[in-house]
Amino acid sequence: MNHRMSLEEFRANRRSILKTMGAAAIGISFAGALGACSKKDGGKMPSTGEEPKLNFYNWDTYIGDTTLADFKNASDIEVNMSLFATNDELFAKLRAGNQGYDVIVPSNDFVERMVQADMLMPLDHSQIPNIKNVDPSFIDVAYDPGRKYSLPYTWLVLGIGYRKSKVKAKPDSWKVLFDSDEYKGRIAVLSEAGDMIRLNGKYLGKSVNGLTPADIAQIEALMIKQKPNIKAFHEDNGQDLLLSGEVDLVLEYNGDIAQVMKEDDDLDFVVPKEGSQLNSDTLCIPKGAKHPKNAHAFINYLLDAEAGKKITEKILYPTPNAAAKALMPDAYKNNPVIFPPADRLAKCEYAAYNAKLQPLYEEAFTRVRAA
Amino acid sequence: MQDWNRQKPAFLALATAPVLWLLAFFILPLGIVWLYSFGRNVGLTDIDISGTFANYARALEPLYLEIFGKSVAVAALTTLLCLVIGFPVALAITFAQPKWRPWLLLAVMLPFWTNLLIRTYALITVLRTQGYVNKSLGFLWDQASSVKAFLGLAPLPTWEPLELLYNNFAVILGLVYVHLPFMVLPLYAALDRMDKSLIEASLDLGAGHLRTITRIVAPLAAPGIISGVIITFVPALGAYLTPDLMGGPDSQMIANVIERQFKRANDWPFGAALSFLLMYATFMLIALQALRTRKIEARQ
Repeated sequence: MNHRMSLEEFRANRRSILKTMGAAAIGISFAGALGACSKKDGGKMPSTGEEPKLNFYNWDTYIGDTTLADFKNASDIEVNMSLFATNDELFAKLRAGNQGYDVIVPSNDFVERMVQADMLMPLDHSQIPNIKNVDPSFIDVAYDPGRKYSLPYTWLVLGIGYRKSKVKAKPDSWKVLFDSDEYKGRIAVLSEAGDMIRLNGKYLGKSVNGLTPADIAQIEALMIKQKPNIKAFHEDNGQDLLLSGEVDLVLEYNGDIAQVMKEDDDLDFVVPKEGSQLNSDTLCIPKGAKHPKNAHAFINYLLDAEAGKKITEKILYPTPNAAAKALMPDAYKNNPVIFPPADRLAKCEYAAYNAKLQPLYEEAFTRVRAA
Repeated sequence: MQDWNRQKPAFLALATAPVLWLLAFFILPLGIVWLYSFGRNVGLTDIDISGTFANYARALEPLYLEIFGKSVAVAALTTLLCLVIGFPVALAITFAQPKWRPWLLLAVMLPFWTNLLIRTYALITVLRTQGYVNKSLGFLWDQASSVKAFLGLAPLPTWEPLELLYNNFAVILGLVYVHLPFMVLPLYAALDRMDKSLIEASLDLGAGHLRTITRIVAPLAAPGIISGVIITFVPALGAYLTPDLMGGPDSQMIANVIERQFKRANDWPFGAALSFLLMYATFMLIALQALRTRKIEARQ
């Protein structure tokens, strides 16, 4: 039994090695073709054989100023970008069938959800040679092992944004937000049920993916107890509440706080010592896409070092694109808000989608809000 | 005037398009959502319409009934405030000089031409801690303080900004602000039709102004008041943007819960059941009103 297992394992490994080598070979020949082409007609990518159109469904303010025009110059493909505001909106729109989107940008937990619901097309890595630019730590992730369906576009971490002049000490623990009246009436937290309950779990020393219904009940009680100290549950606009002086401590993503820190020196951000939750927005191709080859070419272009640099300069989120990061100025690379210390990040986790717990999160949160 | 009963072909020709429109884009989609309310989630995207009443049973649990109750209370208070504020406004427009009336009506309707979201954000900038209200009050407070100091008195304590946003007060204020035109316009329509000589007669016969309003004007304007109350109450009951953006930790209304079912919770059947409970309540309200009108007509 043991013996057979190992043999099969060996075979599987061998096959995957061959596959990888094959992919690499195709990648090389593709890159070679690209090189050959660029000599002839000034940086043009070869035609994909599809009509030169692409429908891109993206978040607002989430692309470089010239990225789409640059892509059109390089490939002749006209990108038509439409915007969504939440993953739920994206999911609700696609659950009835794909109305023509070729590339979408869901977050990690929604990648899992959409894979489970059979809504994503597997990516052909041989058509995306720029995968080599992605930081290796982002390749084998729990929500999409081997990156079969998604490639990372940005990543984010939740933490505490705060006004330095209004706090006694650096708010280094979730305690100040979740279990203390020290900053009564000056706190805003997220109105996202899942995130709130998982982070409360983190405060109680639990893994974001290891919560049980009993934990949720305990967290619900904790949240009800803390509610009088909270000024608002915000809709991911916490950075504005902090900037306008409405609150002094806010639960937000590092990228959002980094954006407002450019306008106000008195603001800062910390990933609490208990660890936090990571998020990643990814590039995917939904099932039923009409231009899958264009979509691969576009994803490949977005992962290019130079194109990635232009996007990052504009949106200022942490990039998983190592080649693009290398081209960025030190002010970005060494920014402790955009790239929090490694020992803190080591305690952060991606939240897996859990179809069983999600309704419990929602109902607990409804009870907290109604209490 | 011609009776449409005698012009049936013409009437049918005219009515077909709107009826089809209503059927295809209102009745049919709503019917599907209604069916969803008797279903349950199978997997992430499929809904099995099994005829279950479980969603309604869950919607009638104390947790959700309390939220329903709170929403009704918020909507009722909003409607009452709109009536109290809107009645004098409508009265003033009715008795304004004819050349001013269109302009005054325009002033009432003008905010309608701006998106609700933009109006809400505008209110937020006015009400927040560093907003215009608090800044102006703070300025006046400081002036008063320095005047007192100048007169040799103890200066006032430091100005503490008022908590005008992110609480239930802000939600009511926002809802009244948004729904006031819904109240003023039907009231104006009713008051404008009123025979003004009745008011003169009342005043001539010795009734005071207040008595004239309560005994003559209000009963005559009753149909306008009732329709104003209904078209203010119904949208206020379903409001979700205002409590979402201006409310505090406990300003949740039923529409916020419904929104979460369709989006974050991905539980369309339960969301559909909650929406339809809200709709049944609204229908009952309108049916009661229709019954009342019929009774009044029968009496006349």
